[in-house]
Amino acid sequence: MKQYYSFLRLSIVKGLQYKTAAIAGILTQFCFGFLFIMIFEAFYTHQPTQPISLNQIIQMVWLQQSFLVFIMLWHRDSELYNMITTGNICYELCRPTNLYHHWYARLLGQRLSGAFLRCLPILLAALLMPEPYKLHLPVSLTAMMLFIVTMILALIIIVGLSMLIYISIFYTLSPAGSFLLMAVFGEFFAGLTIPIPLMPLWLQRICNLLPFRYASDLPFRIYNGHIGTEEALISIIIQLFWIIIIIGGGKIWMGRSLKKVIVMGG
Amino acid sequence: MSLYWKYVKVHFMSQMSYKKSFILLTIGQFFVPFMIIISMYLLFQRFDHIMGWTLYEVALCYGVINLGYSICECFSRGFDTFSSLIRNGNFDRIMLRPRGTILQVFGSKFEFTRIGRFLQGLMVFIISLYKLKLDYTIWIILALTLMILCGIVVFTGIYIIGASLCFYTVEGIEIVNIFTDGGREMSKYPLGIYKKEVQKIFTLIIPFGMINYYPLMYVLGKSHKLVHVFYPLYGFIFLIPCLLAWYRGVKHYKSTGS
Repeated sequence: MKQYYSFLRLSIVKGLQYKTAAIAGILTQFCFGFLFIMIFEAFYTHQPTQPISLNQIIQMVWLQQSFLVFIMLWHRDSELYNMITTGNICYELCRPTNLYHHWYARLLGQRLSGAFLRCLPILLAALLMPEPYKLHLPVSLTAMMLFIVTMILALIIIVGLSMLIYISIFYTLSPAGSFLLMAVFGEFFAGLTIPIPLMPLWLQRICNLLPFRYASDLPFRIYNGHIGTEEALISIIIQLFWIIIIIGGGKIWMGRSLKKVIVMGG
Repeated sequence: MSLYWKYVKVHFMSQMSYKKSFILLTIGQFFVPFMIIISMYLLFQRFDHIMGWTLYEVALCYGVINLGYSICECFSRGFDTFSSLIRNGNFDRIMLRPRGTILQVFGSKFEFTRIGRFLQGLMVFIISLYKLKLDYTIWIILALTLMILCGIVVFTGIYIIGASLCFYTVEGIEIVNIFTDGGREMSKYPLGIYKKEVQKIFTLIIPFGMINYYPLMYVLGKSHKLVHVFYPLYGFIFLIPCLLAWYRGVKHYKSTGS
């Protein structure tokens, strides 16, 4: 366990180096957040009665932007896939560590450091915005607690999902396809392109069946009070279920593909 | 100019040699914005209109900006990834050749996979024109052509400015993305729906409103001022400071030595 903890720390410290990138990222995310809010505001001006209020959407947009590093599926670690395509993976395999755990720790560290740099400034700025655009505190103390719990579980799911992408590279040898699939459909079903409550009912049902929603939409809607305590508690159980499936499946899949790995010389 | 087409040909051949990945990327380029148009459609099922603009009117706006953006991305990729040219010292080689720097940077890279995005934009463009049933006067056709053409010009201008900044920072800067990606995201909805201040910035300083919003109003009959048809030409004026910034940057250039 200790070694994986140091892998995690290593990757966090490495991630914290990129401060200028983080500042640029913060600015970009802030602008995009504002843009999305303005679009929704325009939509709501003439038809304000919808299954989710404009205010709740604004909360969601800010949360999405500040936790973007946590929730985006297309986060790339080019070193990892280069390792697979160039064959340097054999060094990794020589190490006396479990490759799944090692990479998991590494990806988790990248996300944590990214969020550490970007999340707080955006959250703070959003909290200080003037009224209609302001990010409010969670609706209640229970919502706050549930938000934290579901967010942590969401992070575990997301890293598990991105592990699946890297494992798929063992077969496809090119990351483009898998990343794209995940980025396009994953983000859509996670409710990142349009909020899930605004989708038609049949699409909402599909979203509920897939894991993506539990990685971002759920904690945010608990935060803004759109999902009540009872539903939240049930969802936590579903999250745990997905964690077992995704991580368990990922480990089995990786074990299989590693058996097949043929490292070419050179 | 013939040199430029030679560049195009060489890059096309080289990208074609990886057929499978080319096709995959092209399909991907088609689908990423495709989901955006789907979500737009879904939003318009919830809401009938956005500040009086209907689905197909907004779709036309989106189609036009995507056509311009995809063409620009295909040909101006060299400026987009310019920081790598500086970092690995390849810009020195460009300076040594007896041709203009702009032409050579243009020629340094092409992304033909952007044809996916282009086709998608074209599809949306045609469908929305079909559904809108405009009566085509010469002015409307001229306006649509100018909108696409000047869209390319403005996006290219932004890329050139971004590349010029690389002369000073060496690193590529993400900030430029606010204007390219952000500009594209923003112009998929008509500028009129945004806040007044935002409208002003994106009309006068970065002229997305000029190339997209005003001529579109004329096309859709929301405004009857013929002068709006010619607003996109402002895009060429926008190009002037971009080019000036570029030449200043070239003068300032110090090789990284690698």
